[in-house]
Amino acid sequence: MTRFLAVCCAVLTVQTAAWAEEMKMAVTTSFHNSGLAEVLLPEIKQDTGIDVQLLVVGTGQALRLGAAGDVDAILVHAKAAEEKFVAEGSATHRTEIMYNDFVFIGPGADGAGIKAAADAAAALRLIAGSGAPFVSRGDDSGTHKKELSLWEAADVAPEGDWYNAVGAGMGAALNTASGMNAYILSDRASWLNFGNKGDLALLFAGDPVLFNQYAYLPVNPEKHPHVKADLAAQLEAWLVSDRAQVLIDGYRLEGEQLFTFNAQK
Amino acid sequence: MSELWDGIAQAFWLIVTLDADLVEITLRSLQVTLTALVIACLIALPLAAILSVRRFPFRRITIAVLNALMGLPPVVVGLIVYVFLSRAGPFGVLGLLFTPTAMIIAQVIIIVPLIASIAHQSLRDLWAEYHDLLISMNTTQGQRIKTLLWDSRRALLTAALAGFGRGIGEVGAIMIVGGNIDHATRVLTTAIALETGKGNFSLALGLGFVLIALAIAVNLAIHWLSHTEREGRW
Repeated sequence: MTRFLAVCCAVLTVQTAAWAEEMKMAVTTSFHNSGLAEVLLPEIKQDTGIDVQLLVVGTGQALRLGAAGDVDAILVHAKAAEEKFVAEGSATHRTEIMYNDFVFIGPGADGAGIKAAADAAAALRLIAGSGAPFVSRGDDSGTHKKELSLWEAADVAPEGDWYNAVGAGMGAALNTASGMNAYILSDRASWLNFGNKGDLALLFAGDPVLFNQYAYLPVNPEKHPHVKADLAAQLEAWLVSDRAQVLIDGYRLEGEQLFTFNAQK
Repeated sequence: MSELWDGIAQAFWLIVTLDADLVEITLRSLQVTLTALVIACLIALPLAAILSVRRFPFRRITIAVLNALMGLPPVVVGLIVYVFLSRAGPFGVLGLLFTPTAMIIAQVIIIVPLIASIAHQSLRDLWAEYHDLLISMNTTQGQRIKTLLWDSRRALLTAALAGFGRGIGEVGAIMIVGGNIDHATRVLTTAIALETGKGNFSLALGLGFVLIALAIAVNLAIHWLSHTEREGRW
């Protein structure tokens, strides 16, 4: 029994030892895979003293964590779901921070010929028409929601043997696409950082509908009194500051700018 | 195949240079699983002894359920613990979600049935042997349990090591309740899942080899400390 108590005490001290200015923020896998977090977090800690702990999940799970009050803020990219989240009273407001873009990845040989497509909808019609395998996130994430809205805009039902919903994060879905040599919609950052490209190549990008707006939503302290609302507000002030703008616009991956800062100051 | 060699090289390099991140997540893996193992043993071993020595209604059903729970899917345990510890759940006020404590709780639930089932198996056989002797000596229930636990300590060690093996390699539950937060709840297995997701197969494999080496080292250490498998005594 004494041993048990000793273990309990040890566990509790480990917990309390880590109590500094910490807050938890749920972010999407695509944001984390970009590597931008590793640039911003140390700067945030230096400027504000806040140690931001990231929970890397899909947008669907991030919104659930926020609604349950398990995190203090979320940074996601799914406008319709975000507005619903605010309307439900789970967050006080949403602040647009920056955007990046989605790209179509596929086999280097490009059997469906989407390289020459006029726009994103045409590219999807070509993929569906050719029957080439397509991998979908299928996990209710921001990227998945975007993909579904693109299919709708292209007026094609994403069903059949060629359509593979893997129900996984961006990296795992890219691994699957690499293994199947399939087409896939990815955010540019995850693609550039991905280490298992195999035969895949970036085939189509640039259509304005592929722009991907990130927004910051602090969890509503009226609904969840325990959230660290003051820290969340400090972080928000930092994210829309000139300092953040320089870092976000200046971030390069393999020589390419990934994010464009567009917060209203 | 080249990834395999890259992985071995990466593992070697990480260990030789004592990479700070690697040391941190390795120690956290050990902290979480060893704490869970100690707590689970304190629950499971007396439970197994009571199940062997005492006769009570629903004993068979209890044992059957315990055996069935050995196959408990970690991801389901993770979800259940998440629901209980979430701020919206009954234990939300404790604020334990996404902490190592939550990971320990989940692992205790996963490995208690395994340790209890294996321990019960050997304690039952020993009880069949000791039954007449212990009854004739007019021992109390507590004395019988103590005798059984002490005399089958080698078998119980195997049960504990099986529990350790299941805990240290587990990823489904601790990913959900721990959240894989860098410098807070990231352990070896969740780091492997993360690196796989980034397509960094060689680093993921490297971490995997470190995990395997760690499991072997812990098993050897426990055998050495308890003087099993040595000439003249076992």
